[in-house]
Amino acid sequence: MTHESSDGLVVDAEVRRGDFTLAVSIAAAPGQVLGVLGPNGAGKSTLLAAVAGLIPVAAGCITLAGQVLDDASTGAFVEAAGRPVGFVFQNYRLFPHMTVADNVAFSPRARGRRKKAARSAASHWLGRLGLADLAHRKPGELSGGQAQKVALARALAGQPALLLLDEPLSALDAGTRLDVQAELKRHLADFTGPSLLVTHDPLEALVLADRLLVLEAGRIAQEGTPAQVARQPATDYVARLVGLNLYAGHADGSKVALSQGGSFAIPDHGQHGDVLVAVRPSAVAVSSQRPVASSARNAWPARVAGLTLLADRVRLDLDGQPPALVDVTPAAVAELALQPGSQVWLTVKATDLEVYTHAGRQPE
Amino acid sequence: MVAGPAAPSRLTARERARRAAQGRVSRSAPAPLVAPALIAVAFLVLPLAGLVVRAPWSRLGPVLSGADATQALVLSLWTATVTTGISLVIGVPLAWLLARVSFPGRRILRALVTLPLVFPPVVGGVALLLAFGRTGFLGRYLNSWFGLTIPFTPIAVVMAETFVAMPFLIITVEGALRSADQGFEEAAATLGAGRMTVFRRVTVPMIAPSLGAGAVLCWARALGEFGATITFAGSFPGQTETMPIAVYYALETDPDAAIALSLVLLAVSVIVLVSLRDRWLRGGSAP
Repeated sequence: MTHESSDGLVVDAEVRRGDFTLAVSIAAAPGQVLGVLGPNGAGKSTLLAAVAGLIPVAAGCITLAGQVLDDASTGAFVEAAGRPVGFVFQNYRLFPHMTVADNVAFSPRARGRRKKAARSAASHWLGRLGLADLAHRKPGELSGGQAQKVALARALAGQPALLLLDEPLSALDAGTRLDVQAELKRHLADFTGPSLLVTHDPLEALVLADRLLVLEAGRIAQEGTPAQVARQPATDYVARLVGLNLYAGHADGSKVALSQGGSFAIPDHGQHGDVLVAVRPSAVAVSSQRPVASSARNAWPARVAGLTLLADRVRLDLDGQPPALVDVTPAAVAELALQPGSQVWLTVKATDLEVYTHAGRQPE
Repeated sequence: MVAGPAAPSRLTARERARRAAQGRVSRSAPAPLVAPALIAVAFLVLPLAGLVVRAPWSRLGPVLSGADATQALVLSLWTATVTTGISLVIGVPLAWLLARVSFPGRRILRALVTLPLVFPPVVGGVALLLAFGRTGFLGRYLNSWFGLTIPFTPIAVVMAETFVAMPFLIITVEGALRSADQGFEEAAATLGAGRMTVFRRVTVPMIAPSLGAGAVLCWARALGEFGATITFAGSFPGQTETMPIAVYYALETDPDAAIALSLVLLAVSVIVLVSLRDRWLRGGSAP
């Protein structure tokens, strides 16, 4: 494995929880924020729990800076308390019976610092996250955003070599989320070790992560930079997350025969074989008649199956060969008198099609 | 044919306001439930009222300050307190094991621990006697090796009370441990806390309300213990004659004293209940 020599976090393991098996091979370099994206039940939290030492791996091993945390083949296992990990939990899990200061001082104290040193470490981190005023409050008296920051301070105060964040912003309301997200990004940038950030929010992953890992049903569906994943989704799930139409097909020079029926004309780059085609919903034009003269090389009939209003535009769900999600303005809906059942023509330029080979995992 | 509404009854303005405020349908109780409920209330409350009415209020001071009563009260208080202390020291760890560690025979062990809650205390006394009595299978050796005789000593009182009262603490604490969110313990572990630190700094403080409630229940049960105590420890005034036993004997010789002592026990119970309600039974976390 190329991962062996990494000085960051390396997970090359299988983790079983009941009938569920997570099988992954990942690496996160020091200073890197690896975003782990996936639907519920994909194994994101299981991955974090295994790295934190809350569940042992069933096969394979986990190493941090070359040191073994868990190795099923030798039986070596470092207990959770012995791992240099900072874990920010989804609902923060701040100790309700302790003040904010005692929560943040907990880890230095538990890791052997004296009471006074632990307290001063806590006040250092509280100051750094702008929480000094809240030191004597109980967690029950904090707002969501404050609690999130206290949880981050508590995780960082133990001077971890690895940071694990499980849906760190999901419990926040939309208003505070952006502020806290910006601040979290700053602190993640300051953190010198690798970070694993689990989320189901694609935007959060795109903003916070340096690299993305998409998990589906316990397997890695895609890995790459946020830009790669957003532009060239490898699975339907990822395509939906990033809001693209995704088609699988067989390329033959200037034409792709889609496996669900229909075909696309594409710019001829000499591509042959199985490919994926991604299309932005706004790149598709809708007209009521067959376009006579158009620069778009792809035109096909479709039937409106549904309409959804999204802020300033309307998303059309269209049945055709192939089916598509298309974004139009509310004005266009009115002009074309679109309603479920309407027959329309769709056109898309060949240059608006992103054609790529199915590389489940992008090269490093 | 659709059924029409039933004939209307009268709803007073006050009743209308009450129902609107409560936002539910009529809560007036049906007669077949009210009468038995009243009988139950009478049955529970009237004897206590009788105790208060028949109390020799004028002689209360002299009776209670008498040497026998004071001795019994002091003995009862300290044995119940020591019992609670012992139960906390050995019962809480057992509760933790029952709640958190799965081992073969756990369910049987839990049933055994719960047994003293349901069987007659006098049976417990007999069992203790057979085990720790002068000729008991353990007591025999205590006697011959250490010259220690347990029955009919204050130690026997504490043992009898612990036998009967500790399960109350164990069951209360075990329930709290089982329903406690273990996510906090996981969080503590990821923060570097070893198992004992997690127990001491996270687990125990978080179940503190139940721990307190269990300790009070245990103490109250120990204070009222009669059957096991009189069987295993006897009734030597000043040595093993606790309040309930003193009440039982006083009833034959001096009924007024029996009533006065009963009143004291009743008062203690009321105080315990009130303190439980205010500090622990209000639901949610401790103040």
